[in-house]
Amino acid sequence: MLLEVRDLYVEFHTREGVAKAVNGVNYSVAEGETLAVLGESGSGKSVTAQAVMGILDMPPGKIAGGEILFKDQDLLKLKADERRKIRGQEMAMIFQDALSSLNPVLTVGQQLAEMFVVHRGMSRKDAKAKAVELMDRVRIPAAKERVNQYPHQFSGGMRQRIMIAMAMALEPSLIIADEPTTALDVTVQAQVMDLLAELQRELNMGLILITHDLGVVADVADKIAVMYAGRIVETAPVHEIYKAPAHPYTKGLLQSIPRLDQKGRELYAIKGLPPNLTRIPPGCAFNPRCPMAQDVCRSDVPPLYEVDEQRRSACHFWKETLDAR
Amino acid sequence: MAELKKEQGPVDATPNVSEVETVDAVTEAEAVAAIDAPVSQGEPILQVRNLVKHFPLTQGILFKKQIGAVKAVDGISFDLYAGETLGIVGESGCGKSTVAKLLMTLERATAGEVFYKGQDITKLSGRALKAVRRNIQMVFQDPYTSLNPRMTVGDIIGEPFDIHPEVAPKGDRRRRVQELLDVVGLNPEYINRYPHQFSGGQRQRIGIARGLALNPEIIICDEPVSALDVSVQAQVINLMEKLQDEFNLSYVFIAHDLSIVRHISDRVGVMYLGKMAEIGTDTQIYDHPTHPYTQALLSAVPVPDPSAREGRERIILTGDVPSPANPPSGCRFRTRCWKAEERCATEEPLLAIPERFVSAATPAAHESACHFAEEKDVVHAA
Ligand SMILES: Nc1ncnc2c1ncn2[C@@H]1O[C@H](COP(=O)(O)OP(=O)(O)OP(=O)(O)O)[C@@H](O)[C@H]1O
Ligand SMILES: Nc1ncnc2c1ncn2[C@@H]1O[C@H](COP(=O)(O)OP(=O)(O)O)[C@@H](O)[C@H]1O
Ligand code: SF4
Ligand code: SF4
Ligand SMILES: [Mg+2]
Ligand SMILES: [Mg+2]
Repeated sequence: MLLEVRDLYVEFHTREGVAKAVNGVNYSVAEGETLAVLGESGSGKSVTAQAVMGILDMPPGKIAGGEILFKDQDLLKLKADERRKIRGQEMAMIFQDALSSLNPVLTVGQQLAEMFVVHRGMSRKDAKAKAVELMDRVRIPAAKERVNQYPHQFSGGMRQRIMIAMAMALEPSLIIADEPTTALDVTVQAQVMDLLAELQRELNMGLILITHDLGVVADVADKIAVMYAGRIVETAPVHEIYKAPAHPYTKGLLQSIPRLDQKGRELYAIKGLPPNLTRIPPGCAFNPRCPMAQDVCRSDVPPLYEVDEQRRSACHFWKETLDAR
Repeated sequence: MAELKKEQGPVDATPNVSEVETVDAVTEAEAVAAIDAPVSQGEPILQVRNLVKHFPLTQGILFKKQIGAVKAVDGISFDLYAGETLGIVGESGCGKSTVAKLLMTLERATAGEVFYKGQDITKLSGRALKAVRRNIQMVFQDPYTSLNPRMTVGDIIGEPFDIHPEVAPKGDRRRRVQELLDVVGLNPEYINRYPHQFSGGQRQRIGIARGLALNPEIIICDEPVSALDVSVQAQVINLMEKLQDEFNLSYVFIAHDLSIVRHISDRVGVMYLGKMAEIGTDTQIYDHPTHPYTQALLSAVPVPDPSAREGRERIILTGDVPSPANPPSGCRFRTRCWKAEERCATEEPLLAIPERFVSAATPAAHESACHFAEEKDVVHAA
């Protein structure tokens, strides 16, 4: 396994109290595999990713438990400089907001070339040629001329492609893309996702795609992990989950999105709101919103039950949920 | 409503843009009377004709010289019928919000007309304009920034009464605000709370309550659910549909999520670079699109359900949207269109029912601004 997150806990110490942002997350990604992490805002998707990358704000953040195994070594036990080396060369991250993650006062060429100078010891001239090559590869038209332009001179879609170029530059074995297309129009989103999937295949990288868009997931992911209140509540191969969700939250999400190919009736709406992370309800965190909740859900935290070899569900009543389609 | 929501039969070849019956109001009182007159279901309530908004591009600090214009809206016509929802979709920057602001008279039109019950609101002033503004309200995208953080919910929802005290006399306001909170599904006891004490979905409900305060006839919704999470989005959409039936509202619903727009709209207009590319009923646009841009837009939407994805054609457009300050000649979509021919660069396609479909009994017979309009199904599994 390329990456394996085991029982990860992250807390934030805030004025309101301790916010339990990540509460025992388990997921894994193999080489060449795409894992989609799906969940509503605040469910802990980004914080988990930041912990993996080693870019968590500490304090206020604190890793309260767990292991992050990357190529069989626990990243949480590494020294800072060893960690930095892995982060620079073997893992890369793509963020939602490309404009604020690029340096506004350097040309995109300078920023791309920098990576080759620092990590590969190339000369400026060779590094710049590499930068043009990369921009070509992510299909920036007229790359030779545009290599000297600044980030604000590019459209949103092109900036996101430049971010992809940066992430790919050193051919890492793992890429984490945190909502890479959320800020883009559907037409541009399709271009960017296509590109990402193509490069991933070519380089046989592991990809963690964080999103709240079920449609995007279905297009590119091999497997999916659904997060709620800092936990993975269901994991499954992508196609299974649509056919038969094994967790009431997943099921509610699937039912609440309108269809493109037909006009539906009234939308199903999950009642209520996600919990405040400083006061997660006892038992199953979803119980105040769950149409299937019983007494046991209010007292006992559901373990991650094995539904079948490839599927897990953190619901006491996963069998009933599967059957009640 | 029942009439309108029904699927339009395939033999719907009536042009979308109807004749405008203007009301010759001589005095302000006559204009106000026309504006306050009721409109029956299915009659046009808003008629937009050749609407244009150019924002000047200037250079120089002391002596500002105009060097061009951003053609944000560049000649748009459509009707809104009483009791219906008209969805407007299109990529970022195509002019959707500018249309919304023009309909709200928050921006001054560069040219063109907007008839509300026969009165051209772009030319009104005084009492007549005030009456229009009471009847057309707006709900904004961002529930986080559109509410004043220092005002209580009661003050926010009741604020429109300061400008239109005739709707709710002073002594009656508190009761009226609590009623509105109840209508949008919020606890009336929350009246003294501040916006930061609410979640995104609840804030959007506050925005909706405020929009309803003056008993408007039309609500312009600019991306009302885009900032909300999926589970909360469904709650707000259901609320908006319920309120529409209850208060007989007409909606202009602007959004970039094409599935949501289909769900809520009776008719849909597709905009590209300040122009309307195609307009028709939800079935005509989603199941029988004839404009290449609409087809590309729909085909790019990722569909979650694997059984609904099999064999769907994906059209991946190359290139970016050109600048609205310098749109391409002829057809504005030609720089990204895979069907473009020479004619597209020289002759602008007009928004009309394509000639070959005019007398045909087909859902393809709806307005589309393309020289080579033809049907292509991009949303259904093969
Ligand atoms: N006050 C203004 N001055 C100059 N240009 C403007 C102004 N308002 C809007 N524009 C320009 O007009 C065009 C249309 O803008 P508009 O806000 O209507 O787009 P939109 O379709 O609502 O996009 P989005 O989906 O991003 O909200 C854009 O190019 C925009 O930059
Ligand atoms: N630097 C921080 N300080 C305090 N709380 C934080 C910080 N970063 C994230 N959180 C909290 O952790 C929770 C999970 O956040 P995040 O992982 O960003 O969610 P998402 O699933 O939307 O990516 C949220 O409640 C968020 O407010
Ligand atoms: S454990 Fe209980 S409350 Fe939680 S999802 Fe399952 S049925 Fe619902
Ligand atoms: S008029 Fe020409 S360029 Fe425009 S959409 Fe039709 S085929 Fe494409
Ligand atoms: Mg996030
Ligand atoms: Mg807008």
